[in-house]
Amino acid sequence: MRPFRYERATDPAGAVALLARSPQAAYLGGGTNLVDLMKLDVARPDLLVDVRGVTSRAIEELPDGGVRIGAGVSNSDLAADPLIRRRYPVVAQAVLAGASTQLRNLATVGGNLLQRTRCVYFQDVSTACNKREPGSGCSAIEGHNRDLAILGTSPDCIATHPSDLAVALAAMDATVQTVGPDGSRAIPLTELHRLPGSEPQHDNVLTHGELITAVDLPPLPFAARSYYRKIRDRASYAFALVSVAAAIDLADGQVRDVRIALGGVAHKPWRATRAEDLLRGGPATEERLRRAAEAELADAQPQSDNAFKIPLARNAIVRTVLDLTGTAR
Amino acid sequence: MSAVAPRAMGQPLSRFEGEDKVRGLATYAFEHPVPHPAYLSAVRSTVATGEIIGIDCSQASAQPGVLAVLTHLNAPRLGIDDGELRILQSGDVAFRGQFVGGVIAESSEIARHAAALVRVDYRERPHDVDLESSRERGQLRVPQQTMALFPMDTDKGDVDSALAAAAVQVDSTYRTPWYNHNPLEPHTTIACWTSAGLTLHVSTQHPQGVQTTVATAFRLEPDQIRVFSPHVGGAFGSKGPRHSDLILAVMAAQLVPDRPVRFALTRHQMFSQTGYRSPTMQRVRLGADADGRLTAVAHESIEQTSRLKEFAEHATRATPTMYATPHLQVRQQLAALDLPTPAIMRAPGECVGMFALESAMDELAVAGGLDPVELRIRNEPDTHPLDGLPFSSRSLPACLREGARRFGWESRDPTPRARRHDGWLVGTGVAAATYPTLRLPGSKVTIRVTPDGRHTVLMAAVDIGTGTRTALTQVAADALRVDLAQVELRLGDTAYPPAAPEGGSAGITSWGATICAGADELRRRLAADHGGTVPAEGLEVTVDMPENPHLKQYAMHAFGAQFAEVRVHDETGEIRVPRQLGVYAVGRVVNPKTAHSQLIGGMTMGLSMALHEASILDPRYGHVVNHDLATYHVSSNADVGTVDAYWVEEDDPYVNPMGTKGLGEIGIVGAAAAIANAVHHATGVRIRELPITLDKLLPHE
Ligand SMILES: Cc1cc2nc3c(=O)[nH]c(=O)nc-3n(C[C@H](O)[C@H](O)[C@H](O)COP(=O)(O)OP(=O)(O)OC[C@H]3O[C@@H](n4cnc5c(N)ncnc54)[C@H](O)[C@@H]3O)c2cc1C
Repeated sequence: MRPFRYERATDPAGAVALLARSPQAAYLGGGTNLVDLMKLDVARPDLLVDVRGVTSRAIEELPDGGVRIGAGVSNSDLAADPLIRRRYPVVAQAVLAGASTQLRNLATVGGNLLQRTRCVYFQDVSTACNKREPGSGCSAIEGHNRDLAILGTSPDCIATHPSDLAVALAAMDATVQTVGPDGSRAIPLTELHRLPGSEPQHDNVLTHGELITAVDLPPLPFAARSYYRKIRDRASYAFALVSVAAAIDLADGQVRDVRIALGGVAHKPWRATRAEDLLRGGPATEERLRRAAEAELADAQPQSDNAFKIPLARNAIVRTVLDLTGTAR
Repeated sequence: MSAVAPRAMGQPLSRFEGEDKVRGLATYAFEHPVPHPAYLSAVRSTVATGEIIGIDCSQASAQPGVLAVLTHLNAPRLGIDDGELRILQSGDVAFRGQFVGGVIAESSEIARHAAALVRVDYRERPHDVDLESSRERGQLRVPQQTMALFPMDTDKGDVDSALAAAAVQVDSTYRTPWYNHNPLEPHTTIACWTSAGLTLHVSTQHPQGVQTTVATAFRLEPDQIRVFSPHVGGAFGSKGPRHSDLILAVMAAQLVPDRPVRFALTRHQMFSQTGYRSPTMQRVRLGADADGRLTAVAHESIEQTSRLKEFAEHATRATPTMYATPHLQVRQQLAALDLPTPAIMRAPGECVGMFALESAMDELAVAGGLDPVELRIRNEPDTHPLDGLPFSSRSLPACLREGARRFGWESRDPTPRARRHDGWLVGTGVAAATYPTLRLPGSKVTIRVTPDGRHTVLMAAVDIGTGTRTALTQVAADALRVDLAQVELRLGDTAYPPAAPEGGSAGITSWGATICAGADELRRRLAADHGGTVPAEGLEVTVDMPENPHLKQYAMHAFGAQFAEVRVHDETGEIRVPRQLGVYAVGRVVNPKTAHSQLIGGMTMGLSMALHEASILDPRYGHVVNHDLATYHVSSNADVGTVDAYWVEEDDPYVNPMGTKGLGEIGIVGAAAAIANAVHHATGVRIRELPITLDKLLPHE
């Protein structure tokens, strides 16, 4: 681990100012990802600005009926919050499906969204990785890629975004509030993360020093029946091979609205808009769900070891939505 | 050899040091309080094979707080031949991740940072790490008998003709991956050189082995070295043999005399420095008559070792012991690759070998339309199938029957893929387990008695977290015919008489038999020289482990039966194991509580082997890429269902005075096969390559 300085900001503006002055500085949330990466020499900040004191730890109702989650809220508090559990159960379920109790106690909402890929090559500085060292090559494409992406990949990077929370938030159409050197803005969660393209070093659209202050959930009454299904190699404490966040609004047996997002398949939480569009306006039958899922996955490009994710994602979508509609097997 | 009457033995005592451990009071090697410690961090090669052509320590040395930098240019010349341990003797690199240097500093953070600043330039050579194609490339050889008990190659009768003529045949190839030990406590050392000698605190299964190895390597007399190892936080075999981390720590300590040097491997380093279980490719051929009686058994295994040192995972070792057959053939072959050296890991040989053999037995049962429990009972031998010796005791059929009864086997419909609950396919499976009753040479004990009737028992054995300290005290109390409270057992210090390594499930057998001999000798001396009364100054005896005259007359093995229930999701392939049940025949159980822990621990590790564990080698780089506990999956609590272990009564007067057979390893043997067999029963899919992950069971259409 390289030597670094540590500072605590007193307000968001102060935090932003500190980062704006130091191109190598980074914000520190719970540190459960960043500090690991520093020990591995993957992250090399010279200054850590602790933002736990300057971002809100509150979860509050918004005037429009939505909910605002402070960026400093711990993952555990988020999952336990009665409002979230009642209105957006998929969010609480997604959080609880990730990491472990100890990690969730420490991890913050802001840090969770910006955690970095778990690709083994990204985490090992003795190997080539375009995300870590642009231009060095991608070791995963011809290497160990069982866990990696099938959608939206590029010849330079096939990493996945590991956050479960982000998948649920993508399905809910959440918005991320930020403040940065150029002022504040609101970014739809589905646009926070990016596809790797030729610049896999950029996980997201934030600029240096841009601080996440909160995440807003819009009012979405039908999300009260929503579900997060995570499929992984062990029953707990593993990242998703494939996950599905879903909610459905049925009226007279017809799909009025539906939300589906996938985790474990792409460089960003994958909102399955194609499948959603195909499903709206018809019944939620197994057959229609299957066709919608297949359409969503039609462009999937598997790697040597992860072709199984295509049928897995398809089956997971179908079963998760069917379970939400209460269709018996 | 006179049998010891059980009074303390058989009591389910909690581990004496349990409370200290829970309260954080038990000090493990690295935690031992030492004045003014320095810290070591290792520099590892970033190429798989090659030669160091330049090494620049200037940046590292310039860091404030750095005390010394160790490389092959300033390392002491070692007096030891062991290729794995001969680090820093030249610029040669034999595997990726090999130690090429170290930094000693005032804090572990400084040491680690400076180690990353040591710049090493290599002339790379092409490397060969490909086991899969080693046969085609003519890279295989028959190993030396490093883990012999049976020869590496065995022939009885004519298997090829018998197989050709068999009414029912199985010919299958099984693969097990690379496994790493991953004890919770990493390998750690504190080393301190003074003019008086060398003091070591080491996390080890064999303090004496550490002493001897370091003495040889650094050209010291063993009595100049004292090794402490009071508590060890797990090992699974990795801390049995010595590894290069010990050598690096002692080298480092030599550079900063009078300062204790602390060294703990990182989890990453645990995947290349401390041994591992070799991957295996095993072909099993079975032939049987229409009634399921075996006519031929052929088992062949291919494994890897390093180019530095030979270690053979004796995967076929159990096969000759298991079943009656007129024709038997066993083959072992080894490829030496540019990789780290493998080592013993819980039930070396049996663990992976019995996955193959017991999967094949299940395939035979299916092919022959026989119940797999009955098939095994039907092939029970009267005497050892290879050398014809009688068994000192053998209760495999009893284990199978008792297990079947407890598990509810009777009502089982053998049809594969015929049970479904809520979208989950359900199946059950069985496999046999075995482990040899070993005794390891090299133990002595000193027993002291004082007129107040208190006994002190001294030997440099270790408790690696299994409950040895407690169970051995129970043995000592019964051997001495006194209450537990009158016995104090001291372990984990080479100032005490030498003890055989902790390993081979042989601790209680080797150390316990020695203590029994010591107790006999103490009684003899008391009677002969002191009229049966302890003299005022007390009395002390020291004895060696006695011979066992029955060794040549009997085959000595423990047996067991493993049962498992699995559920496989019919749309996602997810696998759950709600139930594991094992019944064992392990001779006398000295402490039912710690024994039960060992057995269910082994079964859980077997579950982990069946479903999760696999070290993934990237052949281009030559190292395990999932080298942390987030990506190398060990079963989590949520994966473990009901795990039950029982044992049948077994009175074996031949194995040792306690009648124990050892049980630290047998719990893992056959556990993975029982699960794989249950997966077949649930789904109709036979998985011959571990781990059984959902992609292998997912419907792909
Ligand atoms: C063994 C293990 C298993 C795990 N399993 C899972 C899992 O199954 N599913 C899952 O989703 N996660 C999993 N995690 C990841 C865990 O959820 C993240 O580590 C955690 O959420 C990160 O939050 P943090 O506050 O600790 O972030 P930090 O480590 O503090 O920061 C992460 C990143 O976010 C930046 N950052 C932090 N706060 C802000 C802010 N307010 N504004 C802008 N940037 C900010 C930091 O600079 C850093 O780049 C696992 C982690 C571990 C170690």
